[in-house]
Amino acid sequence: MASASSAIAATPRVGRLGSHAWLRFGVRRLGRLLISLWVLVTASFLMIHLIPGDPVRAALGPTAPATLVAAKRDEMGLDDPILVQYWHYLQGLFTGDLGTSIVSQLPVSDIVSQRLPATLQLALLAFVVAVAIAVPLGVTMGVLTRRGHGRRTELVFTTSSVVLGIIPDFLVGVGLVYVFGVNLGWLPVAGNDTPSAYVLPVFALAIGPAAILARIIRVEMVTVLEADFVRTARAKRLPKRTVYLGHALPNALTASLTLGGLILSAMVAGTVLVENVFAWPGLGSTIVSSILNKDYQVVQAVVLVYGVGVLLVNTLVDVALALLDPRSMIRED
Amino acid sequence: MQRWKGVIRTPVGLAATLLTGAVLVLAVVAPIIWSDDADAIDTSNILAGPSADHWAGTDNLGRDIFYRTLVATRLSVELALAATAIAVVVGLILGTASFLLGRRSGKLVNAGVNIAVAFPGILLALFFAVIFGVGATGAVLAIGLAGAPSMGRLTRTLVASVSARDFVDAARVAGVGRMRILLRHVLPNISEPLVVNATIGAGGALLSFAGLSFLGLGVQQPSYDWGRLLFDGIGSIYVNPAAALAPGAAVIVAGLAFNLFGESVAKALGVGVIGGIRLPSTAAAVATAAPAEESHASTDDVVLDVRDLEVVFPGPAGPIRPVRGISFAVRRGEAVGVVGESGSGKSLTALAVSRLVGDPGRVDASCLELLGTDLRTADTKAQRQLLGTSLAMVFQDPMTSFNPTRRMGSQLAEVARHHQGMDRRSALARAVDRMRAVRITEPERRAHQYPHEFSGGMRQRAMIGMGLMGSPALIIADEPTTALDVTVQQQVLDLLAAIRAADDVALVLISHDVTVVGEVCDRVLVMYAGRIVEDLPATELATGARHPYTRALVAAVPAMDTDLDEPLAVIPGRPVDPADVPEGCAYAARCPLASARCLTEDPALETDVAGRRVACWHAGEPVAIEIEDREIDELEEVEAS
Repeated sequence: MASASSAIAATPRVGRLGSHAWLRFGVRRLGRLLISLWVLVTASFLMIHLIPGDPVRAALGPTAPATLVAAKRDEMGLDDPILVQYWHYLQGLFTGDLGTSIVSQLPVSDIVSQRLPATLQLALLAFVVAVAIAVPLGVTMGVLTRRGHGRRTELVFTTSSVVLGIIPDFLVGVGLVYVFGVNLGWLPVAGNDTPSAYVLPVFALAIGPAAILARIIRVEMVTVLEADFVRTARAKRLPKRTVYLGHALPNALTASLTLGGLILSAMVAGTVLVENVFAWPGLGSTIVSSILNKDYQVVQAVVLVYGVGVLLVNTLVDVALALLDPRSMIRED
Repeated sequence: MQRWKGVIRTPVGLAATLLTGAVLVLAVVAPIIWSDDADAIDTSNILAGPSADHWAGTDNLGRDIFYRTLVATRLSVELALAATAIAVVVGLILGTASFLLGRRSGKLVNAGVNIAVAFPGILLALFFAVIFGVGATGAVLAIGLAGAPSMGRLTRTLVASVSARDFVDAARVAGVGRMRILLRHVLPNISEPLVVNATIGAGGALLSFAGLSFLGLGVQQPSYDWGRLLFDGIGSIYVNPAAALAPGAAVIVAGLAFNLFGESVAKALGVGVIGGIRLPSTAAAVATAAPAEESHASTDDVVLDVRDLEVVFPGPAGPIRPVRGISFAVRRGEAVGVVGESGSGKSLTALAVSRLVGDPGRVDASCLELLGTDLRTADTKAQRQLLGTSLAMVFQDPMTSFNPTRRMGSQLAEVARHHQGMDRRSALARAVDRMRAVRITEPERRAHQYPHEFSGGMRQRAMIGMGLMGSPALIIADEPTTALDVTVQQQVLDLLAAIRAADDVALVLISHDVTVVGEVCDRVLVMYAGRIVEDLPATELATGARHPYTRALVAAVPAMDTDLDEPLAVIPGRPVDPADVPEGCAYAARCPLASARCLTEDPALETDVAGRRVACWHAGEPVAIEIEDREIDELEEVEAS
């Protein structure tokens, strides 16, 4: 009797709370994304106007004739009132028009779409590699160092992962170039023409985040292994592998995801430096050469693309977290 | 001062402190001593590899790279510190905005900070580098401003925690201005964590600066910092790798030094850190070993045979024995209750018997047999299978005992899949069948739900159902009803009784509730301080108990007709701390019958002709059991502890 009534009572309560929470979460998260996007777009618009001096004169050089500079300014609409320019900028964004490069005269959207795939490949591969290293390593270390076991292992692992996590990716890249390119001559150190050329840049980008992520997963594993449901799994006399991977790991991963998301968005930005170490033909090398050439239209667009990438990653992580652990939707504010 | 000494007590902290000191000293003296060597041009010896004269080789003008790396320390550190200073100052302005400007404008600033924090620092730095232009000044501003949002958020959190305190309220009530409160009362109280995080930030700024200079956006020739040297060196890495490796190593060493120094200070002072890097703690644990004794044979009828069971944990002052040598047997279909206060060792006994005591605990026994199989031997597959199918465990808290990320059905089915070799489908069918057997309604639908969709009582029944996936000979239930609503407690007890009756399953029911045990069980083991002090038929609990502790437990139960306005009866004194068990009878200090002998000699558990056991020098002696009367709130305090 009582069991039947409790079954009826439990179902609608969970269901109603669930959909309500999802709606609130969706609206709030979308709102935050839109506001962040607006701030980003406005900042990238203002960038050109905050630069001291005349950006066109800077780009064309001091020897360029004044008539050419004036013509170019007129073409870019730089003499219009600022709100008009802002309006045109927003219009351009919605139609996929990012302006024209002053230096190369190519449409900026062409440059971006030509360069973006290489950067995406690099970032995604590095993320996959980082997770592929961090999860097994973190789980193994968590199991080995649970309940104060393996003090020495823990000290060595934690110290080395702290150190590896602090070293910036481009310095890891320089080290890899030296060891595997210069010294051993095993792998190419520039470009992305062959599959083997991917190895060093991907690892340069992945090693630091892998170390940080592995450390987080270890700490979470050590905590989760003490949970009651792990004791239940042991009471079922499941093989150790099933207890660790089937029961402890999914819960440890949920807890690691928040920080994992921060690492992932840092990885997107990390491509800027790593691409410059390995002459990788992506957005990262484009933005640096454009800054040096004062090709501000291109810089503006690339900053925007990177920013959007980061925002999308952050949003995806929040949604993934909400799917894995519905309680995070409420915790958020 | 004492707290600061903690920084150099760990090896990492000491190394970081020494390195940071070395970097700072080098920053001051290196340009004074080696400037001339670093700038000496030698066109006859350009792009040379390492040699005795030039440890790291030379650059394209024949200048010594080793000396240039040393001299670059000053500029690198100066720029990093300048950028950190900007980050701290702007961060302070952003972080205190809501305190100074009031709620509304503060909220706007906070929202801006939150958005900015979401972007990685390098991206912000690039953005500002474009605005401020290529060069050292632009890079300092860029890195400083890029670090400001996270500094601002930290400041905001710190200010919020301090401004809620009484002395700030007092100052506000006294009419002190906001700015003055901030400067006089708030900032002094948050300076410590701010300084620590600024130190760590300086390490990060150093690394970021190297990054910008490496991209060619930072320091420009003829000046040089480490990043610039790296930028120049990477082009000729095939000719002279040392030209890139020397400044690279310098950046890493200095960056790590600042970072780890800050972390170590934070750890020593107990200050929170933005990045949240956790350094290893230093506590150590040691396990002790004790040899097992010879095994005993057991009769066919006995399901569980336990002799001289001990559980030992390592403690700071020697091993702790929460279970100190207990022996009992459980026969087929028998229900044995184990009662005692919290800390008496009853739950650990359950875990020890089922081999679930985790490290660093150790279980020893002269005999520990389930269905005639010795459980003390190594963890074999056959043994796992026996335990997995013949022994069912029911734990206290059904809310936390199921895996929140997996469906109930699969959690039950797992047992059949692993121990009975069933495939996924038939295992799930069995799980649904067992859920039905424990009276869960709509088991097909329920099997696809997650634990949080079950009520507490339903979860506990599912836990019992999980035990029934095999063909259990023994169910060990550790406080199975304690965490449940009173209304469903009886259902769970009835279910256990029904299973026992139907399949002749033995039951060990652990509880602090004498009433529950008396109602469900045939026999009761009373535990005190890790020992069995009395073993008697449940029917004799109310009137035939001979140990004064048992009698006190029974007397402490309020009867149906107890006047609830009267204070509840409790046993005087506190349970024994397992780390400090007194000599003699452990209960003597609380016992109304205690004599001199009780304080020096520990009574053994003696068996009488009827098979009852008791450990007491004064067993069965008549006393008016003195129960101390206390106020209700005091009673609750005792229970909570």
